[in-house]
Amino acid sequence: MSFAEYSEIIQEGDVVIIFLGHESMMPIKVQSGAQTQTRYGAIRHSSDLIGQRFGSKVTCSKGGWVYVLHPTPELWTVNLPHRTQILYTTDIANITLMLELKPGSVVCESGTGSGSLSHSIIRTIAPTGHLHTVEFHAQRAEKAMQEFKEHKVSHLVTVRNQDVCKDGFGITGIADAVFLDIPSPWEAITHAKSAMKRKGGRLCSFSPCIEQVQRTCEALLDHGFEEICTLEVLLRVHDVRAINLPLPDFGPEEGSADTPNTGNTSVICRTATPPREMAGHTGYLTFATKPRD
Amino acid sequence: MAESVNDSDAESRISFGDYVVLKRGDVFKSVQVENKKKVIFEKQWFFLDNAVGQLFGTRFEIGAGGSLKLKAAKHSGDSLDSKEAGQDNRHILDDGKSQKLTRDDIETLKEQGLKGQHLYSIVNVFVYFSHLRYDTLAQILTLGNIHAGSKILVFETCAGLVLGSVMERMGGFGSVIQMYPGGGPTRAGMESFGFPSHFHETLHEFPLCKVNALLAGTLDLSEKDADGNRRSESSQETSGVSEERSSEPQSMEVSVDQQEEMRRVERERLREQKAQEKKVKMEEKRKKLASAAALLEGRNADGLVIASRFHPCPVLMGLLKFIAPSRPFVVYCQYREPLIECYTKLREQGGAISLRLTDSWLRHYQVLPNRTHPVLLMSGGGGYLLSGTTVAADSAKTRNQHKSEEHVAKRLKLDEISSA
Repeated sequence: MSFAEYSEIIQEGDVVIIFLGHESMMPIKVQSGAQTQTRYGAIRHSSDLIGQRFGSKVTCSKGGWVYVLHPTPELWTVNLPHRTQILYTTDIANITLMLELKPGSVVCESGTGSGSLSHSIIRTIAPTGHLHTVEFHAQRAEKAMQEFKEHKVSHLVTVRNQDVCKDGFGITGIADAVFLDIPSPWEAITHAKSAMKRKGGRLCSFSPCIEQVQRTCEALLDHGFEEICTLEVLLRVHDVRAINLPLPDFGPEEGSADTPNTGNTSVICRTATPPREMAGHTGYLTFATKPRD
Repeated sequence: MAESVNDSDAESRISFGDYVVLKRGDVFKSVQVENKKKVIFEKQWFFLDNAVGQLFGTRFEIGAGGSLKLKAAKHSGDSLDSKEAGQDNRHILDDGKSQKLTRDDIETLKEQGLKGQHLYSIVNVFVYFSHLRYDTLAQILTLGNIHAGSKILVFETCAGLVLGSVMERMGGFGSVIQMYPGGGPTRAGMESFGFPSHFHETLHEFPLCKVNALLAGTLDLSEKDADGNRRSESSQETSGVSEERSSEPQSMEVSVDQQEEMRRVERERLREQKAQEKKVKMEEKRKKLASAAALLEGRNADGLVIASRFHPCPVLMGLLKFIAPSRPFVVYCQYREPLIECYTKLREQGGAISLRLTDSWLRHYQVLPNRTHPVLLMSGGGGYLLSGTTVAADSAKTRNQHKSEEHVAKRLKLDEISSA
């Protein structure tokens, strides 16, 4: 198992995602001899997990069952322990495409936060790329390093505990893309620019507030960035269900021999309703291109 | 400023045959660089010959006779000519100058799998040809966990845009199997990505019409298969022709025409050559089919992407059989109802969890001092996605167990009643 590579059989030390049903999931670390309690009973790692195929059904001690899933960055995003507000898959997907990330890309990111985006970047740039991620909070940086190790991707990432606005990313001239999710991104633009390759690269800054976006765009323009664009993307989840619509009774039809109230009194329709409230605002995404030096 | 010709990053330069993207402002066009071929872009005619040998990202001007000239100095980009909040237009003079286009900004970009530049540009070009919006494409690639080293099944009718995007995210590692309806896979859009040749070795194709045979284990991959009829026909053809040839010269002996005879010989040679080429092609096709079948029959693919004009339900139900458990699948459809059907079917059948039917809204902003506001809202038109994760299908054994338990329970109840 690795977050950047699929495997078929569960092994000791793997991180797996237990699916309990109805959007209820939890990550667990597989250890020989260990047990995990769920509402359906206990899962015994040695007999129920190790050696089983990912995607299998596991029957718990009380008789209920769960599925064991292979971890992916998307599953991790909805199951990881939050240390900060995180980025969700909708934003992550657009960032990935618009920064043109692919195997071999060298990416700089700050702040690392809870590692939601980091895991996604690592998965996309593997096996030949590298992520340089900067986190100014020492404990979070440490936790991130630990997680990358557990998820078997530490060879693809370097975590630096420093302030990106003062000290930059720790590397220069090698990045294809830079991502900023910090309170004052305009203060890091100079460092972002110097981290990027001479031939150019892509930049993305994520900010919850429009004032931050304005200052960032100004800084980008001052530093010679081009194709500056700001957008916001929102995901709408449709609730698929069968609904029962009663049919009206207009009384017996003229000349009809039928007794009233025969036939169907309602009809079942399959439909999907959008949620009453759409997902709230996460942040504005500002993209720009650093041209060739 | 002169080009700092420091190829320390060892980039390749534009050459004939490359696909490049021309950009002027927000307008993009994908073209192939060909010798002395006139290109039209933004109402201007020119030749791309002078771009050959230059690096991507180079800016050109159009000179006399349509030849490209390197742009000397860098000038600031076009500024947005929008009104500042509070101002009005009473002082703007119409001097006609703002209408004339004096300088063109043509950036020539080279798209390469390993050095991908400005995919955004390529994607924008294809927005005009496809109803698949780029934010929807972004979701497909991420929800599908498309990454290097996996084995992905793709079924698309988006002219190769989805296929190319998937291949780019695979980086030449792993394999992609394109399922195709009809005669052959369409990949025009994929060519524009300009992948290095080794990427093509990871791309396979398999015809939908042979899926059932493969699933049943009855797919014939022997040499006589796949248009075996045609092959014997063609050999009949050639033998027929040679018969003709042997009979003809006799009748021609009456009027000896050496040139005519030479032409006949030449035609015969070409016919034989074509027959031979056809034979080689058939063999290639058979080999390709066999290699794709080998990848599929393990039923352990790592992901499935469907984006087509076909009804997604049967496509999805058919192709899911090739996917391993605990792997993501994503289905794109321009319309919602077919995906509702898929969702319902999957719920009934089992074998998939975390089903989600989604679409996304995209809003662009103009960000300028005192002039910041949204400019464009794209909603609904980007199509819909159904995504989910496969799980091990319920085995017949467990289902039967459940049934027999039910029967036992019922019997007990009856017994209780009768004994009461």
